[in-house]
Amino acid sequence: MSQVSLTINGEAVTADVEPRVSLADFIRDHRRLTGTHLGCEHGVCGACTVLMDGVPVRSCITFAVVADGAEITTIEGFDEDEPMTQLRKAFHENHALQCGYCTPGMLVAARDIVTRLPEADEDRVRLELAGNLCRCTGYVGIVNAILQVLEERRA
Amino acid sequence: MKSAKFDYERTGSLDDALKALAAAEGETRILGGGQSLGPMMNLRLAQPDELIDLSRVAGLDGIEVSGSTLHIGARVTHARIEDGGVPGETGRYMEYVAQGISYRSVRNRGTIGGSVAHADPSADWPTALLALGGEVAIAGQDGARKAPLDGFQVGPFATGLGYDEILTGFELPVLPDGAKWGYYKVNRKPGEFADAIGAIVMGETPRAVCGATESAPFRVAAIEEKLAGGATELSIAEARDILAATDPGFDDYELQIHAVALSRAIGSTFA
Repeated sequence: MSQVSLTINGEAVTADVEPRVSLADFIRDHRRLTGTHLGCEHGVCGACTVLMDGVPVRSCITFAVVADGAEITTIEGFDEDEPMTQLRKAFHENHALQCGYCTPGMLVAARDIVTRLPEADEDRVRLELAGNLCRCTGYVGIVNAILQVLEERRA
Repeated sequence: MKSAKFDYERTGSLDDALKALAAAEGETRILGGGQSLGPMMNLRLAQPDELIDLSRVAGLDGIEVSGSTLHIGARVTHARIEDGGVPGETGRYMEYVAQGISYRSVRNRGTIGGSVAHADPSADWPTALLALGGEVAIAGQDGARKAPLDGFQVGPFATGLGYDEILTGFELPVLPDGAKWGYYKVNRKPGEFADAIGAIVMGETPRAVCGATESAPFRVAAIEEKLAGGATELSIAEARDILAATDPGFDDYELQIHAVALSRAIGSTFA
């Protein structure tokens, strides 16, 4: 066991974990924050994307012990976040989710796009989304939702 | 899947990391960003007994130019390079390579040193840095040494790094502003591991690398000679003939995509 101290959604957490426990499993199984989803568990599908010290990372291929000292924000931690509030509304309006499995990771990736790349066009949005797989909506709604928020933020 | 069990040691300095490495029993791996090793451990393709984490080791994330040499630390992330963290023309080349590596959420953690030490044949940096040329900085039990990037990777997941050594960074040439380069990656979806890479850097002498092979990337002397002789294009058929003559062990499809990658890399170098 190794001791890990980190902040999750503003709450300080200290726990003993086995080194092999991924950050995703720590968030879900130890903290019962099940909004973070696990799809492929090898960094390809993006469902487990969370913010670590403000930037998106794959929580399935980041060990919890490595996140010692880090500030983690999961999908449950964005209630008051302005870009995420805009994205939630836009995802709703554009039918940007169907089963919802990819949605937590999509939203975290989308937040990164609208904050880091304010001038992104559709091609760039699609390129940036290459690391987040959705198997139901076909991306049209997701891309439209992100483009809508980009436009709102540019206005 | 989940990783198999392993012991974990977070070290605070390079000396401590080297001591831990020397004292370790069984298979011990250095953990950089963990973005290649992590997936391999989850898939149980890698089952190290111990991981030594370098994330708290200071001094491995510097980027600085002294004279004609660019020093870049092993723990510099792909995202930092993508965002223009490396100056000059060498920086522009590296920025182009970095933005094509996997996805932003992986680039935020993955490191250049980790990529080269891990030596996945399909990874970008082993090929991209071989085309640039320069040296690998290595810390060992008896002090530091340097090894040329030429010949550093010897096969799939195999380098000239000793079992008790740690890759600490790179010393790369500073390309003059406007120096030409081209990099072309064949993959079926952005961010996937490459099926073939062609990398061209027109530095002091032209360097042409065929990468994402099933083993180590390799320089293609016949193409470098053509470039040195003033060639500014190379047809796919010519690239195929040249590659075939190097006896790379490619099947017909591999020969074709590697020829395409090199031909298009040269095309974009002189576009």
